[in-house]
Amino acid sequence: MDTNAVLDLMWVVISGILVFFMQAGFTLVETGFTRSKNTGNIIMKNIMDFCIGSLSFWALGYALMYGDAVGTFGALIGKPALFFNNPTEMHSLFFQTVFAATSATIVSGAIAERTKFSTYLIFSLLMTLIIYPISGHWVWQSGGWLSKLGFIDFAGSTVVHSVGGWASLVAAIMVGPRIGKYVNGKSNAIPGHNLLIGSLGIFILWLGWFGFNAGSQLAISGDNANAVADIIITTNLAASAAAITAMFVTWYSYGKPDISMTLNGALAGLVAITAGCAAVSPAGSVIIGIIAGVVVVFSIDFIDKKLKIDDPVGAISVHGVTGALGTLLVGVFAKDGGLLYGGGFHQLGVQAIGVFSVAIWAIVASFIVLFILKKTMGLRVSREEEEDGLDKHEHDMSVYN
Amino acid sequence: MKKIETIIRKSKFDEVKDALHQIEVNFFSYWDVTGVGNEKQGHVYRGVSYSTSDIQRRFLSIVVSDPFVDRTVAAILKAAHTGIVGDGKIFVSDVIESYRIRTGEKGADALK
Repeated sequence: MDTNAVLDLMWVVISGILVFFMQAGFTLVETGFTRSKNTGNIIMKNIMDFCIGSLSFWALGYALMYGDAVGTFGALIGKPALFFNNPTEMHSLFFQTVFAATSATIVSGAIAERTKFSTYLIFSLLMTLIIYPISGHWVWQSGGWLSKLGFIDFAGSTVVHSVGGWASLVAAIMVGPRIGKYVNGKSNAIPGHNLLIGSLGIFILWLGWFGFNAGSQLAISGDNANAVADIIITTNLAASAAAITAMFVTWYSYGKPDISMTLNGALAGLVAITAGCAAVSPAGSVIIGIIAGVVVVFSIDFIDKKLKIDDPVGAISVHGVTGALGTLLVGVFAKDGGLLYGGGFHQLGVQAIGVFSVAIWAIVASFIVLFILKKTMGLRVSREEEEDGLDKHEHDMSVYN
Repeated sequence: MKKIETIIRKSKFDEVKDALHQIEVNFFSYWDVTGVGNEKQGHVYRGVSYSTSDIQRRFLSIVVSDPFVDRTVAAILKAAHTGIVGDGKIFVSDVIESYRIRTGEKGADALK
C-alpha cells in the first residue's frame, strides 16, 4: 500500500471517529433541551440507535446503499448482499455507518419525551436498514439515478440530514404533541432542563462536523489536502454566520438573544453547508449560513405555532428544512454551474428534483413504517408514564439522584 | 421566645445576614423557596412567550429571646428593603420551649 493510499484511508478513519462523537453531541442537545425526567430514556435511545445502526448497516444497509447498480432497479437500490466483509473497504463501511446512525438519531429529538422505547428501537432499525440506504443509493452510488442526473450533495445535507428531518416530521405528527404543549390551541413553552448540557452538545456536533464534511472528501493526499482545508473553512464560516444571524433575529423578534435558538442556528448553518461545502466559495458559505440562520428561526416558529407540531429540539427545521435549503442553494452558489456564476437554472433544477424526491421517499417510507408500528405496538407511552417521566416507567431508573 | 420567619430577596441575603450579626443574632437557618405572589415574570423560550408567577426567594427562620425580637425585625425591615414590589414578608410567632441538645439547657439559655 503506498503512502498516499495510507494517508487517505487514515483521513477517512479519523473523520469517521469525529462523526461517531457526534452521537454524544446529539445525546447532549436532546437531553439539554428537554425535561430532566426523560434524560435516561434519551441516553438509551441515542446509544441504542447507534448500536442497532452499526449492526444493521453492516448486515444489509451498506450493500443496499453502495452495492452495484445492476438490473432494472439498479438506479434505485444497490445489489443486496449480507454481512459486508471486503477487507479493502472496511474504512468506507465505518465512515458510512456513522453517517447512517446520524440520520437515524435525528428522529430521536423530534419525538422526545413521549415515544415508546421499544417502538423507537424498531423504527431506528428500519431507518438504517432500508429508509436511509435507498435514498443514499440514489445520490451517492455512481449508478444511482440522482447521481447520474448531476445532483450535488457533497456530504449529505439531503442524504443524511433531510432524510432524518423529514422522518422526524412524520414521526412528530404521528406521535402527537407532549401533554401540555398545546392547550386550547395555544403553544406553551416547555423549557429544557439544562442548556449547559445542550450547548456542550452543540460544540461537540460542530467539532464532529469537521469530520463529517471534510472527511467526505474521502482522501487527503496530494491536492486533496487543500480541498479538505477549504471544506473546513466553508463549514466553519457557515456555522458561525448562521449562529450570529439566528442570535440577531431572536434578539430583534423576542427582545433578548435566545440561547437555544442561537445554538440551533449554529446547527442550521452546519446542515445547510454540508451539501455545498466543497462547491462554494468562502463568501458563498457565509451567505448560505446567513440564509440558514434566518430560515431556521422562522421555521421553528412556524412549525411550533402555526402547524402545531411538537418538536422539542427543532430537528425538523434544523435538519429537514435547512438541509433541503442548503442543497437547493448549491444550485445558486456553486462556483461551477451555480446560478450566480452564470450556470443558469439547470443545476438549481437538478437540486430541486433531488431535494423533492428524497423528501417524498423519506416521508412516505417513514409513514408506512410508523403507521404499521402504530397499529401493532403503539407509538406513545401512557399518559401516566409521560407525566411521571419515561425514566421511571420505561427504565425504572432516575438519572439525577 | 419568638420565632421570626422572613422571606426575602436572595440578592438581599448578605445584607440581612450582616445586619443580624451586628445585633448579635448569630445563628439561624435558611433555605431557598419558590412561591407565588403579586409579581409576574415574563419569559420567552424558543419564541414562545410565557409568564410565570413562580418567584424565587430565600426563607430565614430565626428563634430569639424576647428582648431581641424588636431589633431583629427592625434589622430585617431595614436591610431587606428596596421599595419595589416583592421585598418579602416577616412573620413573628410564639415558641413554647427550646433546648440545646449538647447541654440540655432550655429556654433563653439555649439561645445564647
